[in-house]
Amino acid sequence: MLRFIFRRTLGAVVILVLLTVVAFLLFFGMPRDPALLMCGKTCTPDALANIHKTLGIDKSIPEQFWIFLQGLFVGRDDFAQGPCPAPCFGYSYHTNENVWSTLIDRLPTTVSLAVGAAFLFLFVGLGSGLLAAWKRGTLIDKTFTGGAMVLSSMQIYFLGPLAMAFLVYQTHLFDQVEYTNFTKNPASWFTGLVIPWAVLSTIFAAQYTRMARSSMIEQLQEEHVRTARAKGMSRSYVFFRYAWRGSLIPIVTIFGIDIGSLLGGAIITEYTFGLPGLGQLAVEAVKFSDLPLLLGVMLFSAAMILLFNIIVDACYAFIDPRVRLS
Amino acid sequence: MTTLTKESGAPTSADAGAFLSVRDLRVQFKTEDGIVKAVDGLSFDLERGRTLGIVGESGSGKSVTNLTVLGLHNPQFATIDGEIVLDGQELITARERELEKLRGNKMAMIFQDPLTALSPYYTVGRQLSEPFMKHKGASKKEAKDRAIEMLTKVGIPQPKVRFDDYPHQFSGGMRQRAMIAMALMCDPDLLIADEPTTALDVTVQAQILDLLKDLQQEFGSAIIFITHDLGVISKMADDLLVMYAGRAVERGAMKEVLGAPRHPYTWGLLSSMPRLNSDIHQALTPIPGSPPSLLNPPSGCPFHPRCAFRSEVPGTLCTDTRPPLGAGRAAACHLTAEQKQTIFIDKIQPRLR
Amino acid sequence: MSDNLTLPAQQGSADASSPSPETLLTVEGLTKHFPIYGGFPIRRKVGAVQAVDGVDLSVGVGESVGLVGESGCGKSTTGRLITRLLEPTAGRITYAGQDITHATRRQLAPVRSEIQMIFQDPYSSLNPRQTVGTIIKSPMEVNGIEPAGGREKKVRELLELVGLNPEHYNRFPHEFSGGQRQRIGVARALALNPKLIIADEPVSALDVSIQAQVVNLLQKVQDELGIAFVFIAHDLAIVRHFSQRIAVMYLGKVVEVGDRDSIYNRPRHPYTHALLSAVPEVEIDAEEDSRERIRLSGDVPSPIHPPSGCRFRTRCWKAQDKCATEEPPLVQISGNRGGHLTACHFPEDPTTEDRGEDIVLDPALAALEDDAAK
Repeated sequence: MLRFIFRRTLGAVVILVLLTVVAFLLFFGMPRDPALLMCGKTCTPDALANIHKTLGIDKSIPEQFWIFLQGLFVGRDDFAQGPCPAPCFGYSYHTNENVWSTLIDRLPTTVSLAVGAAFLFLFVGLGSGLLAAWKRGTLIDKTFTGGAMVLSSMQIYFLGPLAMAFLVYQTHLFDQVEYTNFTKNPASWFTGLVIPWAVLSTIFAAQYTRMARSSMIEQLQEEHVRTARAKGMSRSYVFFRYAWRGSLIPIVTIFGIDIGSLLGGAIITEYTFGLPGLGQLAVEAVKFSDLPLLLGVMLFSAAMILLFNIIVDACYAFIDPRVRLS
Repeated sequence: MTTLTKESGAPTSADAGAFLSVRDLRVQFKTEDGIVKAVDGLSFDLERGRTLGIVGESGSGKSVTNLTVLGLHNPQFATIDGEIVLDGQELITARERELEKLRGNKMAMIFQDPLTALSPYYTVGRQLSEPFMKHKGASKKEAKDRAIEMLTKVGIPQPKVRFDDYPHQFSGGMRQRAMIAMALMCDPDLLIADEPTTALDVTVQAQILDLLKDLQQEFGSAIIFITHDLGVISKMADDLLVMYAGRAVERGAMKEVLGAPRHPYTWGLLSSMPRLNSDIHQALTPIPGSPPSLLNPPSGCPFHPRCAFRSEVPGTLCTDTRPPLGAGRAAACHLTAEQKQTIFIDKIQPRLR
Repeated sequence: MSDNLTLPAQQGSADASSPSPETLLTVEGLTKHFPIYGGFPIRRKVGAVQAVDGVDLSVGVGESVGLVGESGCGKSTTGRLITRLLEPTAGRITYAGQDITHATRRQLAPVRSEIQMIFQDPYSSLNPRQTVGTIIKSPMEVNGIEPAGGREKKVRELLELVGLNPEHYNRFPHEFSGGQRQRIGVARALALNPKLIIADEPVSALDVSIQAQVVNLLQKVQDELGIAFVFIAHDLAIVRHFSQRIAVMYLGKVVEVGDRDSIYNRPRHPYTHALLSAVPEVEIDAEEDSRERIRLSGDVPSPIHPPSGCRFRTRCWKAQDKCATEEPPLVQISGNRGGHLTACHFPEDPTTEDRGEDIVLDPALAALEDDAAK
């Protein structure tokens, strides 16, 4: 198991490095000069060259890349803004802030949003999926599958404002959407995030309902499930012990991908509700051609996805002894 | 030829107190294409301690019948009519809870492919212990002892170690042994074996068949043995039921059915398979055509489109009227008893040399 | 050793078919090891599945050779190696005097059309999106062959030959039953007028009543068109019915090879004895069953770590120390007919008659039978 995790981690690092290279090259392939943006209307060639120099983009691309990599591991102190300890992604072109501390700063919002929504959509989605599978063919099943179908074709930017308009502005049932640090005030952390959680998880929950239902129904048709029934085990025992165990594999796989990408920033949700998370940061970085910030957000999101990929694979070993023992 | 009218061990009527009695069983499935008549009016009886072989090709309804006996069809998709009485208890109308008490306890099943029929997620030991704990109210420890005893009995080496192994760590033959051990955990009175050796190699098959026979001697269970292989059935069965298109077409003691068969389908099966000592210059005589669709089975006798002896029956009897299957030793065919005998002796037997 | 093999099979009295004087295909020391990768931290080859290990075989013009054995014995892999669907690890395949062991695609092209294959599963071996006509025609198109009268005419002739209605030219595979699909597979194999057909379990997926139809069709094809067959199957009775010569394989090796009569009535290798004894035959009276009874114990060992010396020794009742240290060569043992070769240090008597005492190696079975006897 340790070997496996070590090997996978090594692989993930390689992927991250390759990703950095690609991002670097793509950025410099862009027809836009970030210095031009910062230089403003009264720009002179001298000023431009000066900015180039301060940004460090006057050097050759491989050289810049090398400096960047070095910074990641040992830190740098060649910035005008001040020292930059490892892991150093540099300073934002746009805000002049240290990228890493910006990321750390924005992270709690994204984590709160992702974890809360994940809790909600896992319980609601899997619960209704299991219920639909258990009651297969009945009105309950049809209602749940039909509802899931409709909801999973919804969009956050549609549901979000709708929920806000109805629940906040019209009925005043909920507080304004707002991020408060959990350690500062848990109650307002909760009330401020309830609506984004609900909206984000609605769409996910619908997908999980459909997935849980179909994979349970598939498992219930497996021969070993039939054998368990033939031994006289009760329907619920077979359902929750035999069929559920087999359904876990696809569910865990999808969940790993979903939570990984949510932790990298739920761009649309954050934008819809004006939550200052990583997703917003990513949009800003692109908008301002902010290379250090862009690289930072991208690498962070990629690392999250890879991390959860490894966790999912490790989970397989716990779920399926065939994986563990081979 | 010996006289064919000798009363066989085959049952004659429903109320003879047979251990298992199936009467006019009909199983239909609703599909998008229409209604599949998987089993269409099947009756048979089984005495304690005896083995009934059910022979038929794919789609003959042999597996469906036995899943029905265990009550494993989803009532949402299957319509079941008729009567199944096990030791005085009616099963078709029985409640699910009642059936659960019987399954794995009084009646147990061995499936064809032990790789897919055992759960990959739990140890063999756990899967064996479960029914014993449930039905006999045994503790975990007692169930483990029993499981190890049964694993020893079916010839799993190092049963104490293998108890904690998963099915995928067993070889094919060993898996099927574990499956047999699981079926015998609660000492069932009825054992249904659905093609238990089809997925196995021939040398392993021989081991498993002998093992099943010897275990039956010891446990005294009645066995329903389902297979498509006449050779296998001749090693196992006391009585035989030949099924075609969801119906029984011939019934009787195994030796009579295979030694002096009376139905053209049974003749066809026997003369289409080569034997180790048959004359190699004798070409095989296949049954023409292919098995009928159960969505739309042929009228009258379901075998008539493939039957070589239809012309021997006067008129359109074969195409209009479904031949009944009499009680005891019988074949559902419109040929007269005399015709059946002469055709078999003159035309069929020479092919079996 | 292989010299012996290329001898035409001595036909027993029961085998009146004419012996084939000319060798079409020779296989010498054919080996296929599938590598297993693993290790840490860099994945490397840590072992190999020795699927086929030094197989010698020959097939005469128009001859049918049967390959029998249980799962994992390498019979299917051998078939795939001969058709070069797999690349051999070692050994030599000679077809009509030409070494095709490692022939390139281009070199292989003329040979490919002469060696065809029929697969086990008639459901997955036909492209469901192509019509029957297209399926049968495609080998001709790939090889650029334009038969007299055109391809379509040839396809219709082939359909007729395999017992299908030529009108069904434009139907799709799903419109046919399993037996009919296997006929389509046969027609496709015949499209290029092959000289050798490798039939890999061609009937084992079919119902009993349909099996005979396909066996008869293959026999007709062999007789009328003079096509040689390598007939791979696990059903010993069908192989006997179809093949003039039979090779028995066990764990990647040929343990015994010979003409039909020798293998089925005068076998020498203990494994052949066990295999024949295990075949369930329809025998109505117990007295009629005069065959010896041998029940092996356990399953076939893994081909990743096959036993040393003779591979059958772990399940053999005659095994001695010599069997573990020395691999028995495939040779003609005294008392064998010409062409009947056996790889065994301690061969059995050439008979399958009941030996008075059963050989029951399975411990559970032996224990139960002891109890019953008491």
